[in-house]
Amino acid sequence: MARSPFGFPLQLSGCNSYQGADYRIAMSQDIQLDRVTMRFGDFVAVKDVSLTIHAGEFFSFLGPSGCGKTTILRMVSGFNEPSEGVIRIGGQDMAGIGPNKRPTALIFQNLALFPLMTVWENIAFGLEVRGVPKAKRRKRAEELLDLIALSGAAEKRVSELSGGQRQRVAIARALAVEPKVMLLDEPLSALDLKLRQHMRAELRAIQRRTGVTFIYITHDQGEALTMSDRVAVMSQGVIQQISKSAEIYNDPATPFVATFVGENNVFRGQVKAVDGDWATIETGHGQLRGRNRNGVKVGETALLFARPERLNLVNGDAGAEMNRLDLTLGHVDFEGSFANLFLRSGDSQAGEQAGRGVIMQMSNDGGLPRLVPGEKLPVGFAAEDAVILADGPLAAH
Amino acid sequence: MKDLVKRYGLMLTSYMVVASLVWIVLLVILPYFMMVNYSFRPNLVAADIGGPLDHYTIDNYITLFQNQVHFHVFLNTIWGGALVTFICLCVCYPIAYHLAKVATPQRAAFLLLLLVIPFWINEILRTFAWFIILAYQGPLNAFLKFFHIIDKPIRYLSGNGAVMVGMVYAFILFMVFPIYNAMESLDKNQVEAARDLGAPTWRIHWRVVIPHAKPGIAVGCIMTFMLAVSSYAVPSILGSTNSRWFTEIIYQWFFEGQNWPQGSAYAFILLLLCIIFILVMMRVFKVGLTDIAK
Repeated sequence: MARSPFGFPLQLSGCNSYQGADYRIAMSQDIQLDRVTMRFGDFVAVKDVSLTIHAGEFFSFLGPSGCGKTTILRMVSGFNEPSEGVIRIGGQDMAGIGPNKRPTALIFQNLALFPLMTVWENIAFGLEVRGVPKAKRRKRAEELLDLIALSGAAEKRVSELSGGQRQRVAIARALAVEPKVMLLDEPLSALDLKLRQHMRAELRAIQRRTGVTFIYITHDQGEALTMSDRVAVMSQGVIQQISKSAEIYNDPATPFVATFVGENNVFRGQVKAVDGDWATIETGHGQLRGRNRNGVKVGETALLFARPERLNLVNGDAGAEMNRLDLTLGHVDFEGSFANLFLRSGDSQAGEQAGRGVIMQMSNDGGLPRLVPGEKLPVGFAAEDAVILADGPLAAH
Repeated sequence: MKDLVKRYGLMLTSYMVVASLVWIVLLVILPYFMMVNYSFRPNLVAADIGGPLDHYTIDNYITLFQNQVHFHVFLNTIWGGALVTFICLCVCYPIAYHLAKVATPQRAAFLLLLLVIPFWINEILRTFAWFIILAYQGPLNAFLKFFHIIDKPIRYLSGNGAVMVGMVYAFILFMVFPIYNAMESLDKNQVEAARDLGAPTWRIHWRVVIPHAKPGIAVGCIMTFMLAVSSYAVPSILGSTNSRWFTEIIYQWFFEGQNWPQGSAYAFILLLLCIIFILVMMRVFKVGLTDIAK
């Protein structure tokens, strides 16, 4: 058994490590960012980020382009050194350790496969670098080709493969060096929608089978929410929230997260009353009540967020604890399994205070009424379906 | 042809066809044909041309292999040309890589300008500049002596050394630009991917950069070699009696010996040498003519 430069065993014999369904790579490790800041000249790309990514976790950084997520990836992989702060992998400070000496493997946005090498040479490149003899390299490449269901493609050129196949080769090439951490920089962005959805499942499966920590960078919330154990939402170099997918969606911590992830209706107003975990704000639609997630105080300006699918049509005065809005139907977008109702305020002055109309989503379950634009619609939502946060920047749409 | 007429009209098409034909026939094929024709005939006084003595012969070609001195110079030129090419490659590869992949665009533009500026000056003048720099009492010796690196001046201008220096300098651009061009299209992510997979710098170059830049390297080597073996100014200015270049002998046949057939034969041999070198380079680098044309 050869020792890799990372100090963990490289199992190359193929006699046991890659047989059956167990492709597990031993000892993946925690990654810790401790007050990491990255500056390029005057521009602060990453601002005082501290977080721990656990061994074996599928962790995503989600944010619009330019939010600093790729910079974090490049700092973890070693292509950039942080201006301030420490990055630790498995407890070891990575300062001064080059990308070729770190236990990380990066999958580039454009994959960066070597076009002049065959598929198996691509996969075995990391082993070639480590001085593994050719026969063993070839054997290991074949095993990894099995893992990604591409056996038989060993002698092909990269250019002969389809987009999804290239994707898998890039993953195999990274896995070949038995990294403790896999870093993926929007690797699915170049694929078409169908393939992208297929590759999500595939990436997740490979991650589960190998047990390697995956750090995934994306601006696509669908990717982040479906694949990840935890998601970090970033904006302008700052981490906005780190949570499980469902929490990110249901319980956003900042106005940015509330509007960047999924659709949201926004109502701006002054806080009138606070009782326990609840708050009431005065808006152009009257008083609205919601969960006081971050403890806003009376008199402050606050934003109330309610998801379009949590809005309902109300009949009469049903539900006294419901927030109630009297709106006029603008138009309906029929999407198939659901329809989006675009609504505006009855008195056109009060509405669109936050610059947006109100969107309501109705599922097409047979109960979809006949709707006529211009019709008056009373709409309601429960207080527990609304989140009140202190005023702050929203995500650009 | 019909397509061309359709696209450009009859006038423009015929102009393009005629211009190309004039260029190829009058300026390329005919002179070469005349030179080849000369080279297979004896050197006769005007009165005998067309007479009984005027017959085709390969004597002019045999001369090179019978004349020890000329043949030695011929071999020396091949060796010298190959050495210049190799040194140029060693000097220019890092420059081209730096320009194409390391330097920022502004810095690359600035460095390219620095590389090009000397070539705004005539080649003879540049070569004379080296003649002055390398002279026995010249600034280089004075500099080295001043800093006590050497005790007494070195005679740079005897032997091949100065010729090599002069030629490497003269042909740098012809090596830098093709390699630079080829490297520019290399995706920088590939270099980073190789590094990320653990490759040290030399292996990144060996496995990723050089294979990609191969056509450029081949073109650079071909251009440099052809320019080196057919160079006249540099060896005649910086060379000495023991570092004569084959071009000097061709010159002597034409203008001092007044023997054009003999000179043509020698010139044609030099041309053959260059063609063989191109074919060898294409084989070695496994590149086709289309790669080179890029």
